[in-house]
Amino acid sequence: MENLLEVKNLNVKFRLDGNQIFEAVKGISFDVPKNSTVALVGESGSGKSVSAMSIVRLLPKETAIISLDSEVNFEGHNLLRLADDKMRAIRGKDISVIFQEPMSSLNPVFTVGDQIAEVLRLHTRMTRKQAWSRAEELMNEVGIPNPKLRMNSFPHELSGGQQQRVMIAQAIACEPKLLIADEPTTALDVTIQKQILDLIANLQQRHQMSVLFITHDLAVVGEIADHVVVMQSGEIKEKATAKAIFETPQHPYTKALLSCRPSVDQRPKRLPVIADFLRPEGVNKDNLVQRKRGYEAGDQIVLEVKNLSKKFTLKDGLFKRREVVAVKDASFKLARGKTLGLVGESGSGKTTVGLTLMRLHNASSGEVLFDGVDLLKLSEKDFLKYKRRIQIVFQNPYASLNPRFTVGQILIEPMKIHSIGRDEQERTSMAMALLTRVGLPDISFYKYPHEFSGGQRQRIAIARCLTMKPDVLICDESVSALDVSVQAQVLNLLQDLQDEYQMSYIFISHDLAVVKYISDQVMVMSEGDVVEVANSDEIYLHPQHEYTRKLLGSIPKGWHASTVPTA
Amino acid sequence: MSAAFMNTPSTAPAAPLHQPSPGLWMLAWRRLKHDKVGMVSLAVVIIFLLMMVGSYTGLIAKNWSKEAGVSYANPSFMAGAENLEAVRTKADPNAIKIEPVDLSDIDPLAPRYKEWAERTAKIKTTETPRAETLPFGGDKWGRDVLQKAIKGAETSIFVGLFAALFAVFIGTTLGAISGYMGGKIGDLLEWFYNVFTSIPYILLILAFAAVFASSPQLAAYKGVPMVVAILAFTGWTGIYRLIRSEYIKHASREYVKAAQAIGASNSRRMFVHILPNVSHVCLVQLSQHVVQFIKAEVILSYLGLGVPVDSVSWGTMLAEAQSELVIGKWWQLAAAGISMAILVTAFSMLTDSLRDALDPKIK
Repeated sequence: MENLLEVKNLNVKFRLDGNQIFEAVKGISFDVPKNSTVALVGESGSGKSVSAMSIVRLLPKETAIISLDSEVNFEGHNLLRLADDKMRAIRGKDISVIFQEPMSSLNPVFTVGDQIAEVLRLHTRMTRKQAWSRAEELMNEVGIPNPKLRMNSFPHELSGGQQQRVMIAQAIACEPKLLIADEPTTALDVTIQKQILDLIANLQQRHQMSVLFITHDLAVVGEIADHVVVMQSGEIKEKATAKAIFETPQHPYTKALLSCRPSVDQRPKRLPVIADFLRPEGVNKDNLVQRKRGYEAGDQIVLEVKNLSKKFTLKDGLFKRREVVAVKDASFKLARGKTLGLVGESGSGKTTVGLTLMRLHNASSGEVLFDGVDLLKLSEKDFLKYKRRIQIVFQNPYASLNPRFTVGQILIEPMKIHSIGRDEQERTSMAMALLTRVGLPDISFYKYPHEFSGGQRQRIAIARCLTMKPDVLICDESVSALDVSVQAQVLNLLQDLQDEYQMSYIFISHDLAVVKYISDQVMVMSEGDVVEVANSDEIYLHPQHEYTRKLLGSIPKGWHASTVPTA
Repeated sequence: MSAAFMNTPSTAPAAPLHQPSPGLWMLAWRRLKHDKVGMVSLAVVIIFLLMMVGSYTGLIAKNWSKEAGVSYANPSFMAGAENLEAVRTKADPNAIKIEPVDLSDIDPLAPRYKEWAERTAKIKTTETPRAETLPFGGDKWGRDVLQKAIKGAETSIFVGLFAALFAVFIGTTLGAISGYMGGKIGDLLEWFYNVFTSIPYILLILAFAAVFASSPQLAAYKGVPMVVAILAFTGWTGIYRLIRSEYIKHASREYVKAAQAIGASNSRRMFVHILPNVSHVCLVQLSQHVVQFIKAEVILSYLGLGVPVDSVSWGTMLAEAQSELVIGKWWQLAAAGISMAILVTAFSMLTDSLRDALDPKIK
């Protein structure tokens, strides 16, 4: 097959603070054939996005150095040597890019219609009117309902999935030959992710274009890619057809990536992580023993929630107020040493439940019984005693740690507030012990959060909660922002800690596979309503509610989905 | 991105234990060190500060008020220039001496004149020789302009620095409360701010000056402390606004929620958690306001509301220079103007560099 894009010996270095040089991409070569989808897979820091951005020359000029013998051949031109104005003509017309965050990639002060029409007017000779009507067709093509009306909407009036659709419409407006999609579904819910993947696959077929799809999640790739390129720390570990990658992976790293994502039909004691595969002795077989999950009779109930509701009042107009129900009559029980999974799409109210339990939001009505005491009725002073017993790990490890505190300060602060430990010395040694427990070196105590990667920061956040020895730990999308491989490590850590300290978890996530893996009981929420509560195996094998079935159907199933017809 | 995830502690790179890692301030300092303009400005500012300390402790410019030269003494580099004012004040040896009229017959005190003359002879009077030229010229009373400028710098920088410190303190405290608390308290402070800023700035300063000066209790603090107070009470508004918006932004951040979750009190969240994260804004505002207040002090002193007549500041020097310039004595204006321009420029450029160093995302 003829190649549309040939990347040869691409080498990208970055100039860091001081005179250090960091080699992000170490001489990689790969091809994108015409009319096909190539997936570039790897963890954060593997150089996948850098490679893609150097193709369209969107790397920062001041710091990025692309070595002189690198070549990016697109239709007979080396893009790296092209004059700036010629490159600009290609960008957006022949090659277009979709970014990860649709909200920050769209300009909030222009209507989406304007933004799609702008691309057309920049690259074609269309009049304003022609561009507008073409934009409307495109909106229709990417599946936005009622495009005529939606053309005049501003980005914030659309949902995340619709915003991503607008981005795609913008990208395909000029019928590009190559579409670069940089983690286009990572920020989206499973159900929306499924729709967007289908849309991209569909458009690729219809427009006969090539797609370079960048992701950290191999499971996503299986459904749409023809070829897969696996990258790790700036090097290509394996490149092959999707079939070969999924059925006969050669490199241990590929094997590791394939198996570290929890799957719906298996529940090993510990998830295999990348280090297991790179070790000569391989994965420890003991860890692959299946774990039994579920509430049992005789479980001690730590936390009981009855009819918890939360309403928000929004200002509507000058004087009017409108009530939005975020959570409606949620009731559930949490047993000691067990995990309750909370699943739902964005806006389903699952996070609100977590925050209300901790009184980070004030509940509108209902009871939260903890040791027989209703937490919602306690005064602020009395509640402080209970605060340390319910803790929360937030979603974004980059935002939840104070950047001006050292890790030591972060860990010691809660102990000081709750007078845990006799003196500074004892607290320091307790903090050090916890760091070791969550798998971080002692030296971390003196470092600042910005010196750690996402997974390490999440470990710090977990260690901060552990300082208070909580009975209940709420994990609010705690692994959602992490790469699949790192996610496995953090999930293993959470599991180990539960086994050791008999903590109960409330695990909030939109990722059903993860929830299935870690939970004993699962509660499905949709638009503030509790749709279904059952033991986790039960819910996955025999979903009762239509909505649960829809959610289950959208889990990316890797390679098998496209080969085995669904029963 | 460069920090690869480490699975087990054993794979961590061997680093010496207890080596404190560079905090954000350290990193900012490193960035500042690479900025040549910033470092030169910093050096200039430090020299001025040292000068201020030196003159305060009396190491330099101690004798600024001594009338060391002739009136409007020429600068040494233009010694030969004509100085009519000095000539006029000196006793003219060529003047025609007129014999005093003898009044001893009718003067009842006449018999005691001799006694008095003897007494005065006993008192030693030393006529200090007045220099014809001074390094950078002299003022009307023959005081050294260079020393005056140094002493004036002390007053001006003192006023600028302390007024800025107070203004940042007021602005930060109110801004933090308003931004963090929001609701009714926030509204109240916003109203207060709006009323405050609706009054024209100079008018507001004049009003404060008038009120302060007429109050008998405050009259004791007249002079430099009062100028500091006036400038601080009128100059906090911009800082308040900025800090408030920063607090609104930070109050909803996850790390503040996390602090709430571990049981940190409101004041702890406001001042222990958020404040260090907005402190770069305070610092930049501080240096900007130092510049602004040095200029404001000059204006106040020029208007006669600033420092008292027996002390000197750049403002009073400029006020004097107004009448001197008419008779061609430019050096007092030059001394005050140039030193102020150097300091203000250096401070502004330092502020710019500080902003870049503290907030690398803007670059």
